[in-house]
Amino acid sequence: MQKTPGHTLKAFDQDMAELRGLIADMGAFAEAAIEEAMRCLVERDVDAAAALVEADDQLDELEAEAERRVVELIALRAPMADDLRDAIAALKIAGVVERIGDYAKNIARRVRRLPKKGEIEPLSLLPEMARIASGMVRDVLAAFAARDPQAAEAVCRRDDAVDDFYESILRTLLTYMMESPQNIGPSTTLLFVAKNLERIGDHATNIAEMVFYAATGERLTDGAD
Amino acid sequence: MIDLMDRRADESALAVSPPKIEVRGLDFFYGKVQALKAVDLAVPANAVTAIIGPSGCGKSTLLRTINRIYEIYPDQRAAGEIVVDGANVLKPRFPLSALRRSVGMVFQKPTPFATSIRKNVAFALSYYERLSKAELADRVEDALRQAALWDEVADKLDASALSLSGGQQQRLCIARTLAVRPEIILLDEPTSALDPISTARIEELIDELRQRFTIVIVTHNMQQAARVSQRTAFFHLGELIEVGDTSQIFTNPHVQRTQDYITGRYG
Amino acid sequence: MTVLFRRRLADFVALLFAGAATLFGLTWLVWILWTTVSHGAAALSPALFTEMTPPPGASGGLLNAFYGSAVMVALAVLIGTPVGIAAGTYLAEHGRHSRLAAAVGFINDVLLSAPSIVIGLFVYELVVRPMGHFSGLAGALALAVILLPIVVRTTDEALRLVPNPMREAAFALGLPAWRVTSRVIYKAALSGIVTGILLGLARIAGETAPLLFTALNNQFWSADITGPLANVPVVIFQYAMSPYDEWHALAWAGALALTLFVLGLNLAVRFFARKGSK
Repeated sequence: MQKTPGHTLKAFDQDMAELRGLIADMGAFAEAAIEEAMRCLVERDVDAAAALVEADDQLDELEAEAERRVVELIALRAPMADDLRDAIAALKIAGVVERIGDYAKNIARRVRRLPKKGEIEPLSLLPEMARIASGMVRDVLAAFAARDPQAAEAVCRRDDAVDDFYESILRTLLTYMMESPQNIGPSTTLLFVAKNLERIGDHATNIAEMVFYAATGERLTDGAD
Repeated sequence: MIDLMDRRADESALAVSPPKIEVRGLDFFYGKVQALKAVDLAVPANAVTAIIGPSGCGKSTLLRTINRIYEIYPDQRAAGEIVVDGANVLKPRFPLSALRRSVGMVFQKPTPFATSIRKNVAFALSYYERLSKAELADRVEDALRQAALWDEVADKLDASALSLSGGQQQRLCIARTLAVRPEIILLDEPTSALDPISTARIEELIDELRQRFTIVIVTHNMQQAARVSQRTAFFHLGELIEVGDTSQIFTNPHVQRTQDYITGRYG
Repeated sequence: MTVLFRRRLADFVALLFAGAATLFGLTWLVWILWTTVSHGAAALSPALFTEMTPPPGASGGLLNAFYGSAVMVALAVLIGTPVGIAAGTYLAEHGRHSRLAAAVGFINDVLLSAPSIVIGLFVYELVVRPMGHFSGLAGALALAVILLPIVVRTTDEALRLVPNPMREAAFALGLPAWRVTSRVIYKAALSGIVTGILLGLARIAGETAPLLFTALNNQFWSADITGPLANVPVVIFQYAMSPYDEWHALAWAGALALTLFVLGLNLAVRFFARKGSK
């Protein structure tokens, strides 16, 4: 359904706009964190990785702020229908984005476990996987901002690509590990990183379902899960 | 899991049992001005149906056609059908007294009569039924208990009704209506003149009463409609825009205008 | 002169004029009352209520006049009140939108302001002439005709003051129209209706002109309403115009009695009005 002109009570519109802005900020933060974590991994930049881990606290604070705002919105504005669904979706999305940030943090933590020098062949697959995952995050939050259920649905479909990537990385790493016992250490690290990225994709799908419900009031029924 | 299925069963039961009141093609005119346009509405039994909408949308008008109270004003008329338990009550021959006995009405401003509490409740009773003094006293007590007022007035039944507080007076009006044992109760913004505590008491009363009566409530307070009703109908400029289960109307209305009104976007 | 000072001055001057006007009006009122009281009190004695109107030169009382007035006023109220309430009810409850009601209301208002002497003349033609003589009955009829429009108007207004929701609540219980009116509306408007009757009573108690044409007067004791009946206003008129001092004294006493009676009625009206508004 289209949105008609704003609420008679302008302050209500403002509250909703600020809430959406907060969610958008959280999304941008998480997206940047994923890309930065991947960069640190590829370039073995331990210091930047440590800074990233520290910076994750900011995302946690943003989530707490979002939660506070939603509770206030519900208590004071008594939102109904689509406004209510938007508010609940914002609350849940904030929680999921915070978890995505945590996954990016986990990836950054793994950076110091990799050997400083030397080529690790499977590593070259990961940046592409990360790009897809962070792209999903960006697009699904754009769908939330635009209240676009179709865009949300499209994001769900891309999760398959992430899952496929995970499968092929897994096989590559297994082969790599079998080549030499020295490779086992770095391989397991990369496996965890790949797992984190795959989970990010899943979470982006969860967000897409929340966006779809907020926009239409119905559940997204497709076999993406 | 089981609770969820029980609730779903309740709601769908509401949809399939035959409606107590069926409004068909109702038009209403104040002189030359048409206030209701071709309204079709089914009101289920033993449930609360709320009628909401902006001022002047016709919600009070609709209520007042059900017991034909508009007929005391000569320039108001209705066309169409209102079928209650299978009979069209708008037919001129339909006995008004019988209709108004089975359809009770409570108004926005409490309207106790200028007499004692006891006499208020017994007022219409003595007109409809021949009762002994003891039976009358029983019926008065019964009605006051049903209206959750007995405990507060049991020791002063002969005091003037005007000595009660606003909330108590409104409950007295409800008791007066209940005394004649109606089947349908119409409430026209019953709490808009009352404080929040009295309002809450009366909403609780409505929730208890709905198990035995069919209740239609007009309210301009959407939160009240959400709290108290099982079905909600939204009116705008004399037309029924949307009707559905209250939970659906307030979480996911199908019509844009309904959503705009509910969320406070009046355009 | 500053603006503020000019304003204060204008305020003061206006207040001065208003006060002076009030004083002017009050002065006459106080003068009349004082005159009535001082002259009347002199003649006030128990004899006033026990003896008849005397012939010139003798002393006496106003018993037959009080009695005659009481009878005629009571009869007038008995005749005028039911008709007045019925008509007022019709206007308020059933005739709000009808042309007939509007016409009735209009005629009522005309009657309300008709000169009482004209009404007396009317009753003279209608009753006294055919009967061949003056009578207390005719007097009562004339007073009833004066009382009627007052009761109609005040009943109409008292009933209109009853809020519509109360009416609708009574109808919504399924009661028929006449029961709604008698059991609910009248009860709610009672103080207003009683006020109207009392006001009408106060008015007709002092009416003189119509009685001149209808009941005339009777020097002697008479309880026969088909004959001329003594009454206070006409006695006052006669005795005041006479050259006898005793008669003058009695006239003042009668005037005082009448004034006190009307005062008492007005107090009763206030009492009822307050009871109704609670």
